[in-house]
Amino acid sequence: VRGTTGTPIRLKYEKLGKVRWIGHRDVARAMERAFRVVRVPLAFTQGFSPHPKVSFGLALSTGHESLAEYLDLVLAEDVDVDALLEPISDALPEGMAVVGAARLVDRAPALQEAVRAVEWRVQIEPNAGVRERIAAGLDATALPTMRRRKGRDVEEDVRPVIRSLTVLDEATVEMELHTQPRSAKPGEVLAAIGEITEVRALRTHQWIERDGMRHEPLTADTRPCAAQEARAS
Amino acid sequence: MEKGSLAPEHGPGRAAFLLLYPDTYEIGLPNQGLQILYELLNERPDACAERAYAPWVDMESAMRAAGVPLFSVDTHRAAADFDVLAFNLSAELVYTNLLNLVDLSGVPVRNDDRAPFDPLVIAGGHCTYNPEPLAEYVDAFVIGDGEEVIGEIAEVVGAWKRGGRATREGVLRDLATTAGVYVPSMYDVTYDGPQIREITPRYPDVPAIVDKRTVADLAEWPYPKNQLVPLVEVVHDRLNVEIFRGCTRGCRFCQAGMITRPVRERPEEQVRTMVREGLRRTGYDEVALTSLSSADFSGIDGVVAGLVNDQEGTGAVSVSLPSLRVDAFSVGIASEIQKVRRTGLTFAPEAGTWRLRQVINKLIVEDDLYTAVDAAFSQGWRRMKLYFLTGLPTEMDDDTLGIANLAANVVRIGRRYTKGASCTVSVGGFVPKPHTPFQWFGQNGVDELERKITLLRGAIKGTGAHVKWHDPAATYAEGLVSRGDRRIGRVIERVWRAGGTFQEWSERFALDRWLDATRAEGLDPDWYVTRHRTQDEVLPWAHIAAGLHADFLWGDWQAALAEHGLPDCRWTPCYDCGVCTDYALEHVVASPMAPAGGSQGTGQDLTRGGETPVAFLGRKPAGVAS
Repeated sequence: VRGTTGTPIRLKYEKLGKVRWIGHRDVARAMERAFRVVRVPLAFTQGFSPHPKVSFGLALSTGHESLAEYLDLVLAEDVDVDALLEPISDALPEGMAVVGAARLVDRAPALQEAVRAVEWRVQIEPNAGVRERIAAGLDATALPTMRRRKGRDVEEDVRPVIRSLTVLDEATVEMELHTQPRSAKPGEVLAAIGEITEVRALRTHQWIERDGMRHEPLTADTRPCAAQEARAS
Repeated sequence: MEKGSLAPEHGPGRAAFLLLYPDTYEIGLPNQGLQILYELLNERPDACAERAYAPWVDMESAMRAAGVPLFSVDTHRAAADFDVLAFNLSAELVYTNLLNLVDLSGVPVRNDDRAPFDPLVIAGGHCTYNPEPLAEYVDAFVIGDGEEVIGEIAEVVGAWKRGGRATREGVLRDLATTAGVYVPSMYDVTYDGPQIREITPRYPDVPAIVDKRTVADLAEWPYPKNQLVPLVEVVHDRLNVEIFRGCTRGCRFCQAGMITRPVRERPEEQVRTMVREGLRRTGYDEVALTSLSSADFSGIDGVVAGLVNDQEGTGAVSVSLPSLRVDAFSVGIASEIQKVRRTGLTFAPEAGTWRLRQVINKLIVEDDLYTAVDAAFSQGWRRMKLYFLTGLPTEMDDDTLGIANLAANVVRIGRRYTKGASCTVSVGGFVPKPHTPFQWFGQNGVDELERKITLLRGAIKGTGAHVKWHDPAATYAEGLVSRGDRRIGRVIERVWRAGGTFQEWSERFALDRWLDATRAEGLDPDWYVTRHRTQDEVLPWAHIAAGLHADFLWGDWQAALAEHGLPDCRWTPCYDCGVCTDYALEHVVASPMAPAGGSQGTGQDLTRGGETPVAFLGRKPAGVAS
């Protein structure tokens, strides 16, 4: 959505409950249908096959929930976005809601490049030895795991991906993971540490980092606009 | 849940229907018939309806392993807790899935084995015009339009439910005496050698002939009002608005056109309202105006102009007209509604020569096709897709080669406008269908269809066109069931028991399973598939009536063999097919005049239909015999 005329906007949304079983593409389609129902005045690309200027951030794996998903779009007209949040949420499937909006600066970096870290709260199968296992895992110099890349099984080390990993109780852990240069899913991290099984994962934050400071995407590269984090529901 | 899904309320006073499509969610959800019934039943105080689809094989085996029966999508209620399992049957090769879903529900697959309290198994849809292959597996079939009869069925089922589902005989008898409902166990079939001698009702109050139900005025049924919007991508993922039902072009191979007569158009204003409100509610950016031949809708100009005007401020909405007619008028409509994204257009000439097109009564003159294609290429379309049938009655190799000739000329026209012009020829094997003039025709076998496809592929090589074709083995199996009788039921059961589910999916289909099952039942598959029937033969669907007189169909069959075409009866004198007169119905058409461009021969000089325009003379493509 960079380098365009129109008003660039960033939206924050949730994906909770049963709707976690629809994939990233289906989320995008649901969002675009909701925009049309509410008649959000989206800007369109020019040319032979015009499409709305909407770009999604990091994909959320099918089956995972999130309190902090983001997308950028460009409006053809400068309208009061905050007034649109509730109608868009109403038009979205149950479990999805738009919870905040911000006006982006022109030529803001794309979400997929700007976001550097994500936080997860992971429900695991109750595990009495979880504290020891995770302490050992964090002490390890490498945590090799097998991943499928381009149809081949490749060994990768997920230790560098882990920024922090905390045990809340026998059935819950929290972790912060790097997204660049490589990322990993919370289940992959736990599997690499060994004998910890993910039951359900919730993304709680995404972070953009600049000059040693970290920002929530609604406050990075954005200009003040109406109430951020305004809870729509 | 999907937008448009309802919150069905169950209770002792409500007949509970589980509406089933016997294929995956992605294929079944868009089915408009089931969506209409879903709304109608849930509007009633004495009924409720939920939906289910066929779980894919991996899910099915996980369910069986865990002892989980089939359940509804809406409230995850077990299938056997419903009063009715109501199936849509729109293709023959899904029949094994019907058996599988009944079994996965924990209900015995054969009618005879069901206990009094088991749910009733009912089926509707186009395939029920020959219900016999499933006569031992489905308790009752609905013939024709479902909008009115579904309420009558709900009342009968409601009474059965209030009686504690105590006996089966009473409710089946009540269904059998409901107009448009066929209960196979109320009829005896006797045989004379392999042939059927007679099909007779067992009781005096059960009708000897079951006539189809027909909704006289579509304006009274603006359904679905709240089309389901799935959360995952499905086929036909768009708003669908039915603009008319029925077709009188009289294409002789087309079962849908024969059994849905007469033509009943939806009022133009209602179409516009349904489109406007549907787009607004669903958020779709595409709407299909559905019917058997949408460019024939007498209000098509107004609807299209209205749509284009309504689009202001809503972003680009694309309109699709399935079954585009082959003429310049249709291309004009297409260019009106498709200002952008002009990539491919599809036409269905169905046969390669004018002679054969007269046989099948698809009266497209050569000139029409080229004019349409020229108009399309000149307005920016680059890919033409042409649909053909092969294995048609009287088809000769010249007709097959004629397909290559047409395709080569289409490419040649396209290259005048763009180097990227392409033409894809899509060939399907013809399966004769009940209640059509071709119901007596012996289908081409697998070898013959393969030979013709090979011939066509050779002739088309080097023309710049491409060929796609349907597997002749699947065509054969479809033919076995299409005109099958009650004995074919056990064949279907054997195929199912041997693991033959999802037979519409090429990776799951194997003809050998069908052939082995047929022989194991002591039947000869060719007797069913490739044999020509005679006029005096009692056909398995003789007791089911679509309103078409047998002598009309036979006469039309003879006219086909004489290579004689019949123009559209909407705008020409009545041929007395029987539907309007017997059922006291009329065509509901807004305009007394044929639409611009004519329809099926009206207003055209048919004596010159086979003439190739001067521009193409003397430029025969390689491989076409002169």
